[in-house]
Amino acid sequence: MTQHRRRRLLLVLAAASGVLLLAGLVAGGDGWSWAGFTQLLQGPDAGLIVGQIRAPRSLGAWLTGALLGLAGALAQGLFRNPLADPFLLGSASGASLAVVVVLAAGALASQAVLPAAGFLSRVGLVAAAFVGALGGVLLTLMLARGAQHTLRLLLAGVVVGVVLTAVSDLLTLAAPEALRGRQVFMLGSTGFLGWDSCLLLASGLALTLPTAQRLSRTLDALVLGEDSARSLGLALPQLRLVLVCLLAAATGLAVSQAGLVAFVGLAAPHLVRRYAPGAHGYTLLASAAAGGVLLLAADVAARTLIAPQELPVGVLTAVFGGIYLLLLLNRQRDS
Amino acid sequence: MSTALRAQELSVALGGTPVLHGVSVDLQPGWTAIVGPNGAGKSTLLRALAGLLPRQGGQVWLQGRPLDDWSARERARRIAWLAQQGQAQGDLTVREVVQLGRLPHQGLFGAPGPGDEREVDAAMQATECDAWQHRRLQQLSGGERQRCLLARALAVRAPVLLLDEPTTHLDPPHQVAVVRLLQGLARQGTVASVLHDLPLALQADRVLLMQAGRVVAAGAHDDPALHAALCAVFDHAVDIQRIGSRFIALPRLG
Repeated sequence: MTQHRRRRLLLVLAAASGVLLLAGLVAGGDGWSWAGFTQLLQGPDAGLIVGQIRAPRSLGAWLTGALLGLAGALAQGLFRNPLADPFLLGSASGASLAVVVVLAAGALASQAVLPAAGFLSRVGLVAAAFVGALGGVLLTLMLARGAQHTLRLLLAGVVVGVVLTAVSDLLTLAAPEALRGRQVFMLGSTGFLGWDSCLLLASGLALTLPTAQRLSRTLDALVLGEDSARSLGLALPQLRLVLVCLLAAATGLAVSQAGLVAFVGLAAPHLVRRYAPGAHGYTLLASAAAGGVLLLAADVAARTLIAPQELPVGVLTAVFGGIYLLLLLNRQRDS
Repeated sequence: MSTALRAQELSVALGGTPVLHGVSVDLQPGWTAIVGPNGAGKSTLLRALAGLLPRQGGQVWLQGRPLDDWSARERARRIAWLAQQGQAQGDLTVREVVQLGRLPHQGLFGAPGPGDEREVDAAMQATECDAWQHRRLQQLSGGERQRCLLARALAVRAPVLLLDEPTTHLDPPHQVAVVRLLQGLARQGTVASVLHDLPLALQADRVLLMQAGRVVAAGAHDDPALHAALCAVFDHAVDIQRIGSRFIALPRLG
């Protein structure tokens, strides 16, 4: 029965991914219009609009969601907490600060205020966000003195989050020109995803997902408690560090390409566990697929809900995520 | 008789507070029950013997070799450890939990073979949890969960079994079943268990009595000196009485 549900969920997620990818090709500035889509395909702009804009954007949204779903499942397994989020270890605040630094440097360079600002302004936002996300996690690891103690790691993540956000705020005050760019980054967007992004995201997923699955029995053993896991001969400090690095890489890559997309990393593993709970090897895979489906669905909705205007995808995921958590809360209260 | 696990002058502190003060024990083949009042250091001793706690002083030997000289995986194949209940939670099924007991043999990247599955089946049969092997850990009652976790420890097939309160949450028939199981396992290896239930502890081959981080008495279950020490440590609130060839501890009421 359990195996059957797990297989069925994977099949449903695969089918939903296919349908949504197709929907991502169709959905455009005029909303849902099959006739408009077929007309577009026959026109001269098909290669550009479908091939260079909609296709990479849809695939990129799925891949970003998959990385966030994987990171969420890793975080929830590592911290043995179903409310753990991929951004817990300072990656979000680190990426956000790096983006603000680059944006502020651009503004300051134009005013010739700081000599280093010129160099910083030439650093791409994508690279800055990735380095910032990894830097945030690294800082958390340093403050927690490694990944040995879960509680210390969580507390360090909170401290890093608060401090780096405060520094971002301070920098934004000094260079108000960075505010708009920062806001766009914080809201999350799939609008800038191209084939280059897809290649990066796909490579990241191809590297992190199988590695995490290979190490998934560590997360299974942690279900029994720290001591029991260690009594099984697992080198927990080292394994946990590798898992944190995978979590940081998956989150950093997703954040660098699409900004801070809220709730996908939290909700995807939740949905998987509600419908077909299982060992972590399966949960990681299914959470990645569920994350992909969630973000791609949100992206298609963001493009079509108020077409020809477009909603920031992060706003939609935050609203859907908030409603989902409220439903969860109500269900728990009822039971 | 060869000693499977030996500790000498073992001192352990938890959060800076000394808990074990120079404890020396020899765990020989057979079943040793560790008893004592709350806070005596029983669970800490068991964790230290399993190599799960840093020692402040003293040494532990496993099969004649210092515990630290064994690799983590070699040690895990030789010592199976059952934690006090309350830590395990999650979505794994009973079978998936018991399969974790084979990790020390398979390694993190190894796949379970037919031999592993046989051991898993045997461990589940021994603790009578094979009938609900596809239920999830969080769907089990306290007693069912305890039997599942005990099966996980048994699936390791280690020559030394260290069990922290293995009969907690079990109803009387399953307590008796676990005692019989431990007696059977003790014929093939070394079993040490922390127990709060004195009547069950007196079914063991040997009893180790602890108080305030020290071993205050150790002896066979029928040792009169041990019985006297038990009465003294538990403030004469228990009576040890003989029934047939066994001894039982009864609360002294009125």
